[in-house]
Amino acid sequence: MSKGLPETRTDAAMSELVPEPRPKPAVPMKPVSINTNLLGYIGIDTIIEQMRKKTMKTGFDFNIMVVGQSGLGKSTLVNTLFKSQVSRKASSWNREEKIPKTVEIKAIGHVIEEGGVKMKLTVIDTPGFGDQINNENCWEPIEKYINEQYEKFLKEEVNIARKKRIPDTRVHCCLYFISPTGHSLRPLDLEFMKHLSKVVNIIPVIAKADTMTLEEKSEFKQRVRKELEVHGIEFYPQKEFDEDLEDKTENDKIRQESMPFAVVGSDKEYQVNGKRVLGRKTPWGIIEVENLHHCEFALLRDFVIRTHLQDLKEVTHNIHYETYRAKRLNDNGGLPPGEGLLGSVLPPVPATPCPTAE
Amino acid sequence: MDKEYVGFAALPNQLHRKSIKKGFDFTLMVAGESGLGKSTLINSLFLTNLYEDRQLPEASARLTQTLTIERRGVEIEEGGIKVKLTLVDTPGFGDSVDCSDCWLPVVRFIEEQFEQYLRDESGLNRKNIQDSRVHCCLYFISPFGRGLRPLDVAFLRAVHEKVNIIPVIGKADALMPRETQALKQKIRDQLKEEEINIYQFPDCDSDEDEDFKRQDAEMKESIPFAVVGSCEVVRDKGTRPVRGRRYSWGTVEVENPHHCDFLNLRRMLVQTHLQDLKEVTHDLLYEGYRARCLQSLARPGARDRASRSKLSRRSTTEIPLPMLPLAETEKLIREKDEELRRMQEMLEKMQAQVQQSQAQGEQSAAL
Repeated sequence: MSKGLPETRTDAAMSELVPEPRPKPAVPMKPVSINTNLLGYIGIDTIIEQMRKKTMKTGFDFNIMVVGQSGLGKSTLVNTLFKSQVSRKASSWNREEKIPKTVEIKAIGHVIEEGGVKMKLTVIDTPGFGDQINNENCWEPIEKYINEQYEKFLKEEVNIARKKRIPDTRVHCCLYFISPTGHSLRPLDLEFMKHLSKVVNIIPVIAKADTMTLEEKSEFKQRVRKELEVHGIEFYPQKEFDEDLEDKTENDKIRQESMPFAVVGSDKEYQVNGKRVLGRKTPWGIIEVENLHHCEFALLRDFVIRTHLQDLKEVTHNIHYETYRAKRLNDNGGLPPGEGLLGSVLPPVPATPCPTAE
Repeated sequence: MDKEYVGFAALPNQLHRKSIKKGFDFTLMVAGESGLGKSTLINSLFLTNLYEDRQLPEASARLTQTLTIERRGVEIEEGGIKVKLTLVDTPGFGDSVDCSDCWLPVVRFIEEQFEQYLRDESGLNRKNIQDSRVHCCLYFISPFGRGLRPLDVAFLRAVHEKVNIIPVIGKADALMPRETQALKQKIRDQLKEEEINIYQFPDCDSDEDEDFKRQDAEMKESIPFAVVGSCEVVRDKGTRPVRGRRYSWGTVEVENPHHCDFLNLRRMLVQTHLQDLKEVTHDLLYEGYRARCLQSLARPGARDRASRSKLSRRSTTEIPLPMLPLAETEKLIREKDEELRRMQEMLEKMQAQVQQSQAQGEQSAAL
């Protein structure tokens, strides 16, 4: 197929390291084979360009939640991921804030821009998780928050006069921080992931990984993967949502070898070999955050931001949100929830599996 | 012979020889969440692999695990001196989702040792009292937290009047020097705020030289000790072999004072203060326990029972028995009574025999 138009590529820094991620349709279409012997150039391949332009204009939302015991470097890591002070961490290391008695949910929004693309990033912190003597059910406030966002979206969706673009506060990604004990997962880790992996995309990370040698790291990762498998906990990217073989091979490699990512975060720069790098300086050496020989921060960053950002949003919308919606409609006897709706959008049906709306 | 020289200056030598012969007992408890490098540190301190046969349970097994107390004994000999070291471990501490009261078995264990000692001390055969009291508790604090966690505070408050506590920051190679200092200060502040008494290393004698005093002061400033343990020797080309942990960015040397406080801990715990820890346990903590026990015995009902007892070896105090649950006390009184009666019978028998043989002797002499 000859191309008459020069290809315009934006120098979006986000797509530097990997080829353009294929924009995936919201509803996967069945591939229809057509006669590819076109007589001339039509120009439908410019749709990609048009979509990109639209995205740049409207920008997009991304909501990331961090969960883990206090002191595991959650805020530092998020700041490092997005290269800006997007988390509520104070500038000094020694934070004076007291550990809250119950789990709190704190959401902070920022707008960051790169290469003409605007992202409204919301970081949701969960201070107090796992810090008490009795941590029974400390995941409940978190589950409640996530479901509340689904509920908000659902209410907007079933409105008669809908907003052009529904504000999306749903949690697209939950980074769960595992303490680098070197032994195995803690009972609390298992409990949290068991409950929450069904409602949100969980990406487990091993925090403060600069305390493990290479052998200890790989042994620990193997044990963690095995434990998660034994308990049927599916972390993102979930096996059942791989769309095609290409996805599957790519994700299999990540699932079975790289994850959980062993990360180190830092907001301080040091001089190494003439370059300024983010790192941690100890008497026995400098740990470079973006050096793949030192830790897997770069892998996590590429995974979350550069290759799977859109997929995280889609799985949240198509799978987790739909599951929630189906459950809500079922509970309501097929009727949409909410008060003050004059004449429901959907026809009332008996309590059977929910009708495919839209 | 020199009239002015009596010779008792040789007493310390005699004590020294006696204690070498007797050997030395020490019980060390190690406590803290799992995964803080406790076992590795103990192996490093005593250069033995005490945890060879350990099986680490998986997370699902730990969901229902309760805290257990494990004891491991090892005999270490160095320079002709034998040390019988008993290590007390607390696997399961801080692991469960709900850790409420998980420190109670530990408190009970420590008190049971005191109880046993009190019983032995009040008993008849005091020659070979086994001292199983816990002389020191190394408490491991996580380097990942922001100081003491609620569980740490609860545990320390429960045991600080019953055992010598030496707080230690485990896996200290997770911290940069500035972070280490800040964490130590935070912990010290919290200990003061929560009024937790840790073991106070005694001041060195005033006649020591300035250098030693400075070193001593520095060591005290570095509490809680930030430690790294390792039993592996890193042999890199061009550098001398060291015990340490090899990372891609460098090697942490366990015995390098710029890297961690391992040497300080080893010096203060093993080389200089082993005896003092035992003494403080005996003179302060045990006496405190004993006084509390006996005071609570000094209640009207208890006094009657005590006066009925035939055991009155201690004529100075009226209450010879330690505070045990009622049935046990009664049982003990009866047992001691039995023993006493048997001894009296034996004595009478012996006296009779002696009289008999004396009488026989007189008879044969008369013949």
